[in-house]
Amino acid sequence: MSSPSTRSWSTQRGSARIEVTGLTKRFLTPAGSAFTALKDTTFTVEPGQFCAIVGPTGCGKSTTLGMVAGLDRPSAGSVTVGGAEVKGVTPGVSFVFQADALLPWKSVLHNVMLGPILRGTPRKQATSDARDWLRRVGLAGFEDHYTHQLSGGMRKRVAMAAALINEPDILLMDEPFGALDVQTKAIMQTELLGLWEGLRPSVLFITHDLDEAVALADRVIVMTAGPGSVKASYDIDLPRPRGAVQELRYDPRFLEIQHLIWQSLKDEVEQTYARDAAVPA
Amino acid sequence: MTTTSPYREQTSDDRFAAADRAASTLARRLRRRRRLLVWLGRLAFLGFVLGGWQLCTAWTPKGWSAPLVDPFFFGRPSLVWQRTIELFEHGTSYGSFWFDIATTMKEAVYGFFFGAVAGVLLGVLLGQSAFLADVFGPFIKVVNAIPRIVLGSIFIVAFGVGSTPKVLLAAVLVFFVVFFNAFQGVREVDRNIVANAKVLGGSPLQIVRHVTVPSALTWIIASLHTAFGFAIVGALVGEVLGAQRGLGLIIRTSQNRFDPNGVFACMLVIAVITLGAEFLIGLVEKRLLSWRPVEQVDWSGV
Repeated sequence: MSSPSTRSWSTQRGSARIEVTGLTKRFLTPAGSAFTALKDTTFTVEPGQFCAIVGPTGCGKSTTLGMVAGLDRPSAGSVTVGGAEVKGVTPGVSFVFQADALLPWKSVLHNVMLGPILRGTPRKQATSDARDWLRRVGLAGFEDHYTHQLSGGMRKRVAMAAALINEPDILLMDEPFGALDVQTKAIMQTELLGLWEGLRPSVLFITHDLDEAVALADRVIVMTAGPGSVKASYDIDLPRPRGAVQELRYDPRFLEIQHLIWQSLKDEVEQTYARDAAVPA
Repeated sequence: MTTTSPYREQTSDDRFAAADRAASTLARRLRRRRRLLVWLGRLAFLGFVLGGWQLCTAWTPKGWSAPLVDPFFFGRPSLVWQRTIELFEHGTSYGSFWFDIATTMKEAVYGFFFGAVAGVLLGVLLGQSAFLADVFGPFIKVVNAIPRIVLGSIFIVAFGVGSTPKVLLAAVLVFFVVFFNAFQGVREVDRNIVANAKVLGGSPLQIVRHVTVPSALTWIIASLHTAFGFAIVGALVGEVLGAQRGLGLIIRTSQNRFDPNGVFACMLVIAVITLGAEFLIGLVEKRLLSWRPVEQVDWSGV
């Protein structure tokens, strides 16, 4: 699958820089014409950085993430992770999706164990690691439950434990908290920050929610209306550790930054909206 | 709260607890009553059908030479029962009735097994590979459109009157039911889950084992319920077409002898066997799919 040279970086912690250069993705529509989802996108995520991408619907955010993970091939341009170009599934990556990617026929414990098992970790080791991670996300005692017996927030905790147990160098998150209610969302954001500060993988976090992006990230990238490309990039200088996300929302500096980025994002959102509304459904 | 009015709070709690108990007793009684009514309804329906059949074939209207419905053609429940007991006690001219049951069962079970295994393997393979599915799709549709039961004639000609053609016919019938369900089940696998397993480091074979097959299992098991019925049909039709032993042979002999009661007796035995097999498959299903949420909780409102 992957040659030893592309794998070597994943053993050196904290060296996982993501470089996206001139990335373009075209799809073939069912009608047979080409559709450009992503156009000439370039950005870099430094090792250990928490980077959020915001942008209007259909600007190719998820497409970008898929290509960083190696699930999808670029039409043009390249993605390198830790200096090695992504070809096939990127090693050292974990993914958290908006919809739970949990296996409903496996217990919570076995869901978390899946990553290590797929990588050939001995069962005993995998079990004790999984128990440890469940404890870390506050789900000790729920090992034998099935996922449908858990609430949305608890399922997200399982998904995070399942993603982090592999100790990824890169964590990709595609609107992970999009389907949660407001209170649960805030709790999960705080939790995520705590876990991230402990492990420090590079994070690429996609969201529609600008508040979420500013509260969590070191850098926020704003994408243009589709075909998407990078419009602007903002460094968030809120001090870390940031503590409870809900408190942060009243911080004057937070509001200032949020307002600044919204000025930029607003045009793109309005443009997308006007275009979608103009197309007769 | 409790410091301001501990007394009041306690009594209201007590009152609630008492009301709760009374309500749940009532709810339990209502549920029991409903279950009783359902069973009474079932018995009444069964009595109506069997009783009506019995009466119509026994009662001769004034001036008629035969009963309203001629038992010579349509049998009579009491005679069917009598014939069933005869079959078990005295067997047929071929020998013990039990041996015939065992023969048919053996053919059906082998056919079921081979058909189901082949169906699952090919269904998963074609469900996995869009290319193979595109190549073989039209052929499978054509074969599915052919009345496969007719294959029985060919199998009998090719393999004689032994067990082989019956097993083959049963397997062919079972195969298509299971194949289509396994294929569909694999297609329905959540793409997010597959993508996640890939990212976590799963090889294609590991993904089939940990994700695809367990996910398609709901579909596959659902098909096994119908598939066993088809296995029995395959074995029986094969035997009717030509056999040395088996329930199908007894059905054909009864037909040739104008003995509808014998045919009904065999139908009765087959129904009992099929229900038993259904029950066993249900047990397997319960075990394999124990993770599924309980779909319907019988809440009785009070």
